[in-house]
Amino acid sequence: MTDAAAPAAPRRIRMTVIGPILALVLLVIAGALMNPNFLGWDNVTNVLARSAFIGIIAVGMTFVITAGGLDLSVGSMAAFIAGLMILVMNSLVPSMGVGVPVILVGMAVALLAGLAAGMLNGILITRLGIEAFIVTLGSMGIYRSLVTWLADGGTLSLDFGLRSLYQPVYYGGIFGITWPIIVFAVVVVIGEIVMRSTAFGRYCAAIGSNEQVAKYSSVRVDRVRLMTYAALGLLVGIATIMYVPRLGSASSATGMLWELEAIAAVIIGGTVLKGGFGRVWGTVIGVLILTLIGNLLNLTDFVSPYLNGAIQGAIIVLAVVLQREGKAR
Amino acid sequence: MTVLALRDVSRSFGPIEVLHGVDIALRPGRVHALIGENGAGKSTTMKIMTGYQPPSSGQVLLDGQPVSFANMGAAEDQGISMIHQEFNLAEQLTVEQNIFLGRELKRGPFLDKTAMRARTRELLDRLECRVSPDRVVSTLSNSDKQMVEIAKALLRETRVLVMDEPTAVLTRAETAILLRQVRALREAGTAVLFTSHKLDEVEEIADDLTIMRDGRVVWTGEASLMNQHAMANAMVGREMSDLFPAKVSAPGEVALEVANLSVPGFSRDVGFTLCRGEVLGVAGLIGSGRTETFEGLCGLRPATGEVRVFGQPARIDHPWQAQALGLCYLTEDRKTRGLLLGKGLRENLTLQALSRFDRGLLDTGAEERALDQAIADFDIRGHRDALVGNLSGGNQQKLLFAKTMLADPQIIVIDEPTRGIDIGTKQQMYVLIRRLAAEGRAIVVISSEMQEVIGLADRILVMRHGRITGELGADATEDAIVKLAMGVATEREPA
Ligand SMILES: Nc1ncnc2c1ncn2[C@@H]1O[C@H](COP(=O)(O)OP(=O)(O)OP(=O)(O)O)[C@@H](O)[C@H]1O
Ligand SMILES: [Mg+2]
Repeated sequence: MTDAAAPAAPRRIRMTVIGPILALVLLVIAGALMNPNFLGWDNVTNVLARSAFIGIIAVGMTFVITAGGLDLSVGSMAAFIAGLMILVMNSLVPSMGVGVPVILVGMAVALLAGLAAGMLNGILITRLGIEAFIVTLGSMGIYRSLVTWLADGGTLSLDFGLRSLYQPVYYGGIFGITWPIIVFAVVVVIGEIVMRSTAFGRYCAAIGSNEQVAKYSSVRVDRVRLMTYAALGLLVGIATIMYVPRLGSASSATGMLWELEAIAAVIIGGTVLKGGFGRVWGTVIGVLILTLIGNLLNLTDFVSPYLNGAIQGAIIVLAVVLQREGKAR
Repeated sequence: MTVLALRDVSRSFGPIEVLHGVDIALRPGRVHALIGENGAGKSTTMKIMTGYQPPSSGQVLLDGQPVSFANMGAAEDQGISMIHQEFNLAEQLTVEQNIFLGRELKRGPFLDKTAMRARTRELLDRLECRVSPDRVVSTLSNSDKQMVEIAKALLRETRVLVMDEPTAVLTRAETAILLRQVRALREAGTAVLFTSHKLDEVEEIADDLTIMRDGRVVWTGEASLMNQHAMANAMVGREMSDLFPAKVSAPGEVALEVANLSVPGFSRDVGFTLCRGEVLGVAGLIGSGRTETFEGLCGLRPATGEVRVFGQPARIDHPWQAQALGLCYLTEDRKTRGLLLGKGLRENLTLQALSRFDRGLLDTGAEERALDQAIADFDIRGHRDALVGNLSGGNQQKLLFAKTMLADPQIIVIDEPTRGIDIGTKQQMYVLIRRLAAEGRAIVVISSEMQEVIGLADRILVMRHGRITGELGADATEDAIVKLAMGVATEREPA
């Protein structure tokens, strides 16, 4: 149905573009006013590094959602991969000794496990035609319980020697920029290019806006869908590789609620939850907004940090409301 | 004297003005036809009259008084109803729920289901529509959906009924029923405004006629002063020659051989051959399984049977496999299967042949050039940067055609090629289809318009209840097709 304001559509679209940027700028200004350390190098890199895990995952999530899908399992998938990685590395120490090769094997395991887990989600969704929500709700429970079982209800800790060898992957970097930030940036740049100017990105948007049309246009709908889940799995693997050296352990609480933060970041960034339109750089802004809110609450004492979740929640709802207003018909 | 009128109405979308000073007046007890080429501004005019869009300037007059409808509900309260070119139904609700949507009958706080049921039945009976009130709308055929739309409008006491291309998806018999209803409304004093690209209907039923071209009214007056030929000339602004181009076909090598093709639930044991350079018409009533059969052939639905493409046995389970073999199906349903309404022209145009623009990254420059070419070749009118959903129906159809042709198929199945297309464009389409055949492509045209099949095809297959009931030559008569389509005669002439 066309309504009176239809001709204003282009301007409204621009509003959804500007909205998240504006929110981010306001947050930064507010932060700088409240706490002089806020714009300091340490705090900025801290915020970026914290954003990296969710951010890397959220880039993959952008593709899944753009293609009309959803993945609730990424948080527990990360926990499971972390657990698996630690177990494999620990078990290799006796035979291979403490050294870089063990860590490389661990990384390979994380990548493969992520890819496999993503493919499994994707195959169940595309081949068996089960709703993405149901499939990934199921796999979310499965991975969460698997990591609890692997850790026997407690915590899996990385071998002490390996830990100090692996730590630079989280804490180290070049030119004062730590590896998680660098990897995040690389993932974002690649993601943005893929979304914007490759056939794959175009197909994702086409499938998300109307699967029938995509099918009638000879698009290999199932394969593209499957690839979005596989890519997301792989990115969860990468995020886990960056995350494990931070604490050197994994437990049933690892990656808790990451899926919600990732989805929230995607939506705040202006990607349409129903699919059909996605914006990787928007997702980055979404992640930064979410992290900044937490960071601000910690740096200032106007509002209790315990209210972090409430504020984040309010922002998500607000973002969706704005999106609905600005939806192009 | 006039119930509803526009006076000097203009309408712009962004910087582009699409209506320029339109005047039109509807009188009670008269049927007023509004005709014009695709994109001439018919739908926009109607939407302004019924309060769906405000005019940018000028006035809407109700009973001679300027009004501005705050929204469409306000117009409806004044007894003005509109049936849109696109369906406006809640797909997941039942027929009955749709008809009463927003104005449910109540007894106390509860829904009065019996009364609504009775009323729905009565309305559908009037329209000789035999669907159950309990059917979910998404399962209905297009023509039944249209009947539900009409029932919805009839439910309310209407002083003015505005219908945007109501017959585009209807069969001849259904059109006759609709026209009977329109006459009944006219008797009852309702002012009716409708558009149609089928000029025979206009000639048959209109009392008043307004012709638009490029957003202006170019002729208005008593319909009896115009015949179909004069209408067509006034619409396109030039002298129209023959609608159908000459059939100069020299069938080449066999392109497609189909045997025992069955699509479960829709068709059985369909077989035919098709040569390069040939246009094969497929006629039949709506619901005879033509669309489903060819969707099955092209991998869009599960199907069984033997298919040979250029002599090679082919297994086609997915549309992309068909396309790889040079076989494309052009859907009849441009809104939900053909085009991404929320995207631009370029994205839509290149979607089916995106690999041609893929150099690792997409070559948007080449895409833009392809769009220029398509706009020129297919005479697509509308703003280049518009969303496809904002193009007029006929221009969407042209874009869909351009999109399929970009994939350069050798065998093309075109389902209802001219639905909702103006007569000038129709002629262009026919020329185009013949030219594609002359280039050596093999073409199947599925159409419910018998004139179209007869005028265009070298051979005609007629389907009924999912089976081919006969094959006719280029000299087929409408009568012969109807007999086969209705099952009066069952013969199969040797090809
Ligand atoms: N919401 C909109 N935004 C931008 N342009 C629009 C919008 N709606 C209509 N137009 C443009 O206005 C012009 C008139 O469109 P309209 O739909 O009224 O044509 P029409 O006469 O009904 O054509 P058809 O026979 O194809 O249905 C077209 O060029 C169309 O692209
Ligand atoms: Mg129209």
